[in-house]
Amino acid sequence: MGRSADNPLKDALASLGRVTVLFLETLRSIATKQFRVRDLVEQIHFIGVKSQSVVLLTGAFTGMVMCAQFYIQFHKVKMDSAVMSVVSVAMARELGAVLTSLMIAGRVGAAMAAQLGTMKVTEQIDALRTLATSPVDYLVAPRLLAMFISLPLLTAEAIAISLVSGMVVAVFLLGLDPVFLWSNMVFYTWSVDIWMGLIKAFIFAGIIATVACHKGMHCGQGAEGVGRATTEAVVVASITILVSNFFVTLILNKLLIYQG
Amino acid sequence: MIEVCQLHKSFGQQQVLCGVDLQIDEGESVVIIGGSGCGKSVLLRHIIGLVQPDAGDVKIDGQGIADLSERELVTVRRKFGMLFQGAALFDSLTVEENVGFLLEREQTMSPSQIRETVADALELVDLGGTQAKKPAELSGGMKKRVGLARAIVYKPEIILYDEPTTGLDPVVADSIDQLVVKMRDQLNCTSIVVTHDTRSMRRVGNRVMMLHHGRIHANGTPEEIFNSTDPVVHKFVNGIADPKDLEF
Repeated sequence: MGRSADNPLKDALASLGRVTVLFLETLRSIATKQFRVRDLVEQIHFIGVKSQSVVLLTGAFTGMVMCAQFYIQFHKVKMDSAVMSVVSVAMARELGAVLTSLMIAGRVGAAMAAQLGTMKVTEQIDALRTLATSPVDYLVAPRLLAMFISLPLLTAEAIAISLVSGMVVAVFLLGLDPVFLWSNMVFYTWSVDIWMGLIKAFIFAGIIATVACHKGMHCGQGAEGVGRATTEAVVVASITILVSNFFVTLILNKLLIYQG
Repeated sequence: MIEVCQLHKSFGQQQVLCGVDLQIDEGESVVIIGGSGCGKSVLLRHIIGLVQPDAGDVKIDGQGIADLSERELVTVRRKFGMLFQGAALFDSLTVEENVGFLLEREQTMSPSQIRETVADALELVDLGGTQAKKPAELSGGMKKRVGLARAIVYKPEIILYDEPTTGLDPVVADSIDQLVVKMRDQLNCTSIVVTHDTRSMRRVGNRVMMLHHGRIHANGTPEEIFNSTDPVVHKFVNGIADPKDLEF
């Protein structure tokens, strides 16, 4: 361990390898249905239902502030009625998935890392192993699958609420015509834009759950170890989301937008 | 039968096990003693495959486990029950769910059969009626008893005890020792007890091994170990500190 700390690159590569192995092993566990449905439902409740306030607030205020900002620029060129179409495309393609994922990484990723980290330091994960139960089946698989199910839905919800709140600001605060706003928004927002956001959310779900579970299951000793694992889970997941978003965007643009 | 062959393990620069060799026959009750930090728990974790050795192997009924994958180990571990030093109860589950954890996972029993079996196991450790409690509501001694019930409920062939009496008052420690003996006699299983409690060693062991400097330093009956003239064993069983350790 001391040696790996002296070589950050080697340490990072080893960590990436372990995360990849964990991810593949978890996919195998999901495919062979090694998890309990009850655990999956509990996790969906924890990720999906209990994140409602965070996701709704994030989506609503992002939609409102974007509408207010775009209006100032678009008003200069007399394109007021295009405000909501820009908000819509930006939210659908980028901000809906990224902002929702970052919020979920903070709320759920931290909780997952802390929970699994505490289980690790109190030997509960070892106890699982001695009870002939794979921690991947019991702990990681339901969390990853729940994240795969919940995050795209939360993203769709964030996009929807951002459009509603943006419309409210545009119509009632800025005095824009709702019919023009709506028709432009529908005309310029394609289904591939929505698909792009949902595909990204699905990818980010894998990143958040795998990184958080890996950090928790490999945390150091004591309260300090759990604290560090929790912080690292949020930081690593957030940075990975932001960096991977660029490459995923390039790939999805190529596959979905420019293929014709 | 459990065989440990030339087991080596280091953590960073610290070499913990330096070629441990031992053999434990079916039905034996072996106590592994040694000073704090000498590697007793690490050895126990190797036996159940929780830790991978740097070199050497552990064989369970002739099957080497050092190179098995985590999934392959699941089958081997089904033969084991383990009581952890801190009990390691799942804090989100009730006592009943903790004890019946493996039975519920295996789904070979109906829920009512599981409840009955769990109740019997809890009765065996004198904790009947605590099914609905959460681990946080239990004392240290009760947690160890629940941990023991969880380890024995599915009738394993081998039970491992990691410091079963550490941190308990003498009366509770005695009751845990009695339970270990009761499990040994009633279930007729192989027991391996890791402890540095010499009173406990005398009560529960048929055979005692002393781990010192990463190797098995002494191996004999409890009486042989107590009457040993070997200076390391003599100092340990009689609790005599090295004068060098007293220099502040």
